[in-house]
Amino acid sequence: MKRPFKTRVKTLTIDGMAVGAREDETILELAQANGIFIPTLCHLEGVHDIGACRLCLVEIKGTSKLLPACMTYAEEGMEVITDSERLLTYRRQVLDLLFSERNHVCAVCVSNGHCELQWLAEKLGISHVGVPYLYPQLAVDASHSFYVLDHNRCILCTRCVRVCDEIEGAHTWDVMGRGVECRVISDLNQPWGTADSCTRCGKCVQVCPTGALFSKGKAVAEMTKKREFLPYLQLMREGRK
Amino acid sequence: MPLRNEKVEPPSDDKRWRIVQATMQRNGFERDGLIETLHTVQESFGYLDDDSLRYVAASLNAPLSQVYGVSTFYHLFSLKPAGRHACVVCLGTACYIKGMPALLKEIEKRYGIKAGETTADGHLSLLTARCLGACGLAPVAVFDGNIAGKLDMAEALNRLQEMTTVATEVESVREA
Ligand code: SF4
Ligand code: SF4
Ligand code: FES
Ligand code: FES
Repeated sequence: MKRPFKTRVKTLTIDGMAVGAREDETILELAQANGIFIPTLCHLEGVHDIGACRLCLVEIKGTSKLLPACMTYAEEGMEVITDSERLLTYRRQVLDLLFSERNHVCAVCVSNGHCELQWLAEKLGISHVGVPYLYPQLAVDASHSFYVLDHNRCILCTRCVRVCDEIEGAHTWDVMGRGVECRVISDLNQPWGTADSCTRCGKCVQVCPTGALFSKGKAVAEMTKKREFLPYLQLMREGRK
Repeated sequence: MPLRNEKVEPPSDDKRWRIVQATMQRNGFERDGLIETLHTVQESFGYLDDDSLRYVAASLNAPLSQVYGVSTFYHLFSLKPAGRHACVVCLGTACYIKGMPALLKEIEKRYGIKAGETTADGHLSLLTARCLGACGLAPVAVFDGNIAGKLDMAEALNRLQEMTTVATEVESVREA
């Protein structure tokens, strides 16, 4: 990205630590640069942020609203809190709702042990889900020659949608419906294998945080994902400019 | 690939496609005109089928999945032809509290369809709305454009019976 001649620097505090930020830096980027952990799910470095999962909510002095760190830019004099009882409660609730909305049966999932949702639940100390499960009847689309989409594990983070649109340029995926009826779809809500726009590049599979998208032939716990391509592609693109 | 797909052929030589084309033209065949174009298709044909979605997508250079996503996000668009008669039941807060869920369930059972569906004979489409702005009359439903308030089971089934019988009569006249 080309920066203006002089980037104005903002000074603020995160969890009491004084930090300097560029004005185009989000609180999430700033926190990560300073070694402060903020949980995220929909955020994916290299594509646009959409603030969908609400896991990265932080407190900012002077407002009672919680703001998503991935969508909030650093401002002069801000006092950001990334870790508190209140935040932990909300973050756990977000995860609770994600688990209850689909069928996340980790024990039989291809991503068991390599799943971001599972990892976060452990990290935030979730031992049981506090809301009733919905147990929806959901399909598994195995029509693609290389990959599988299992709606039971999808958390609608839209990483697949954004990477396929912004990086691959195919825009095979989108989301249909609204509310609890939302589903990730390929082309005209047709079997993935019949979607002409798909180039079979596999980017969506690699960035999916859960076992919703995986390579064919993977058994329980076998699906690990490779993400290095994204920062690499980004660097190559910047170099070309 | 051409940049502006003004020359994409409509799915059929139906004259109504000209109206759709005019809408797209007005928006310079830009993707921004997607919702307006879908409105025009919906108004002209009564629903959006796969052919029309493909046509609109190709004309506006919009991804198929995005066009499908938009079509299923707004309640105003429907992907299936509507029945000859429509019953819209309100599931807004007031109507919900005044017992509409039970009424709806009964109607669904009687006609063998779920909300959002049309009977196999194409006579009746059952739709739901979120508050029709007549909460004082809750529970409220609209039968072919006629609003009915303080609805009870007997009245609702009566109205539906009337609508569908008229349909059958029209049918038999047509067949005769
Ligand atoms: S394999 Fe590539 S082109 Fe196909 S849906 Fe995934 S990201 Fe898009
Ligand atoms: S399939 Fe995976 S990447 Fe796509 S929305 Fe669902 S969880 Fe996210
Ligand atoms: S990471 Fe910020 S809302 Fe999902
Ligand atoms: S809730 Fe039914 S009319 Fe308002």
